[in-house]
Amino acid sequence: MAINVADKDRMVVVEGSYAVAHAAKVCRPNVISAYPITPQTHIVEDLSQFIADGEIPNCEYVNVESEFSAISALVGSSATGARSYSATTSQGLLLMHEVLFNAAGMRLPIIMTVANRAVSAPINIWNDHQDAISQRDTGWLQLYAEDLQESADMLPQIFKVAEDKDVLLPGMACMDGFILSHVYAPLVLLEQDLTDEFLPTYDPENVLDPANPMSFGAFAAPDTYEEFRFLQEQAMQKALPKIEAVAKEFGEIYGRFHGGLIDEYLTDDAEVIIMAMGSILGTIKDVVDEYRARGEKIGVLKVRSFRPFPQEQIRKAIKDAAAVAVFDKNISLGTNEGALFTETKSCMYNSRCDIPIIGYTVGHGGRDIPKESVAKIIEEAKKVASSGITVESQFLDVKEELL
Amino acid sequence: MKEIRIHGRGGQGSVTAAEMLSVAAFEDGKFSQAFPAFGVERRGAPVQAFTRISDVPIRLRSQIYAPDYVIVQDATLLETVDVASGIKDDGTIIINTKETPEELKLETKAKVMTVDATKVAMEIIGRPIVNTVLLGAFAGATGEVNVDSIRKAIKERFSGKVGEKNAEAIQKAYDLIRERKA
Repeated sequence: MAINVADKDRMVVVEGSYAVAHAAKVCRPNVISAYPITPQTHIVEDLSQFIADGEIPNCEYVNVESEFSAISALVGSSATGARSYSATTSQGLLLMHEVLFNAAGMRLPIIMTVANRAVSAPINIWNDHQDAISQRDTGWLQLYAEDLQESADMLPQIFKVAEDKDVLLPGMACMDGFILSHVYAPLVLLEQDLTDEFLPTYDPENVLDPANPMSFGAFAAPDTYEEFRFLQEQAMQKALPKIEAVAKEFGEIYGRFHGGLIDEYLTDDAEVIIMAMGSILGTIKDVVDEYRARGEKIGVLKVRSFRPFPQEQIRKAIKDAAAVAVFDKNISLGTNEGALFTETKSCMYNSRCDIPIIGYTVGHGGRDIPKESVAKIIEEAKKVASSGITVESQFLDVKEELL
Repeated sequence: MKEIRIHGRGGQGSVTAAEMLSVAAFEDGKFSQAFPAFGVERRGAPVQAFTRISDVPIRLRSQIYAPDYVIVQDATLLETVDVASGIKDDGTIIINTKETPEELKLETKAKVMTVDATKVAMEIIGRPIVNTVLLGAFAGATGEVNVDSIRKAIKERFSGKVGEKNAEAIQKAYDLIRERKA
């Protein structure tokens, strides 16, 4: 369970950003880079305080002049074998875009927390998933946290997956901006001794070293480039079982499990399954509990790993449902669909399993998603289960009077 | 679950009050959640902050539309902000003002209580900072949180004399509103 009531004696009330900064600290990073300007979070502020207080040994904090430099600095540091971390969000992540491909192509297991926020224009600083979803083809692992505890717990997990010799890919630990990053709630701060036990020292085979010169990301002509791409995809596929295994191992050591690639909530007998990523899952579960109390068989499928995309696990989880509704806090303009919806449909095709799936793009630019909105979507999914699809994908709550 | 909305102006410490309330509720053995009305905060502009208190872990992530309690730090907000918006009929609104609830003529079915938190703050803290003082009044008016837990939370957040003075003011506001209730 995500929040373990038995842990209460060990919990403290802190801000989500602090919990994540603390988690980054106990992962013993060697280099942290940050561009501390809006949009940012308290994560890098708290980390700079830890550094100033001498609480992170053997770590260099690099205050850079842009987000582009923040990620570029980490490409250099990671190539020398240093465990490298940053946190970013929104436009900052977009400015990193070019270098994200470099980090992945050079197979550097850099980890970033992304406090997910909307992107401009118009200017908006609130939560949605458009920033990270727009980076989906950069070759980074992407995990999405449901609550504050998971936002912190995800860091040692994703470091361990990313640094695995069979994977060696950079990773984004995504948490909802504001809704998780700026909220105070009780949680367990990650223990240093447990983290030392769980996360071994990063010890890559290939590093930049003047004594043994080699180059990263050098020229690849058409006769070799394709193989680099193939190996990146292969690494993504190898990450699938690792994400599951690492989440399980984390559970054994720390006593908390938030799901591996996915997490199922009351899906076994569910006629309608709601799929989503991130903090909206909490609200959805509260609404589903109310339906269950009335005897209605509704379940929730949390998608925790968006990259790699767990096709097989999703197929298995939803195949017996009568209808599925997918929440997306993003949209691929020109398709009228969110990414999770499109990819869920895609993985069901050719599977000989023809269940109706509908999509809603929700929460754009921080538009609140109250319980009533979740119930409205569940009602639509129930209708689809009995009488088929009328609208395949749509915005949840467009205000006609503003158009 | 109980939901609390705090109204104030940027710089009055509404977010800190919501956080301290969540810390105190946790100290009482409850689960809690505190968050600001995410916006572009400016000093002096109307702001809101929220706290949820529950016996079980809180999963709900939406904003608060139907609070059980409302705390108003600055009575001048009543002219521009509907502080009673959505409050439950059996809820309570606590307002920092010299005036009585009758004089305020607030249109709501909820119970309205007033406390001159500014006076308490000036007398004890020496500055018109009322966010912590109002938490004492909240504890006295509602019983949802233990006043000792609030004092403890404040003293942990603000060390030394500042913490001590705030704790004293919290107790004073608590006692004042308890007398009013009796």
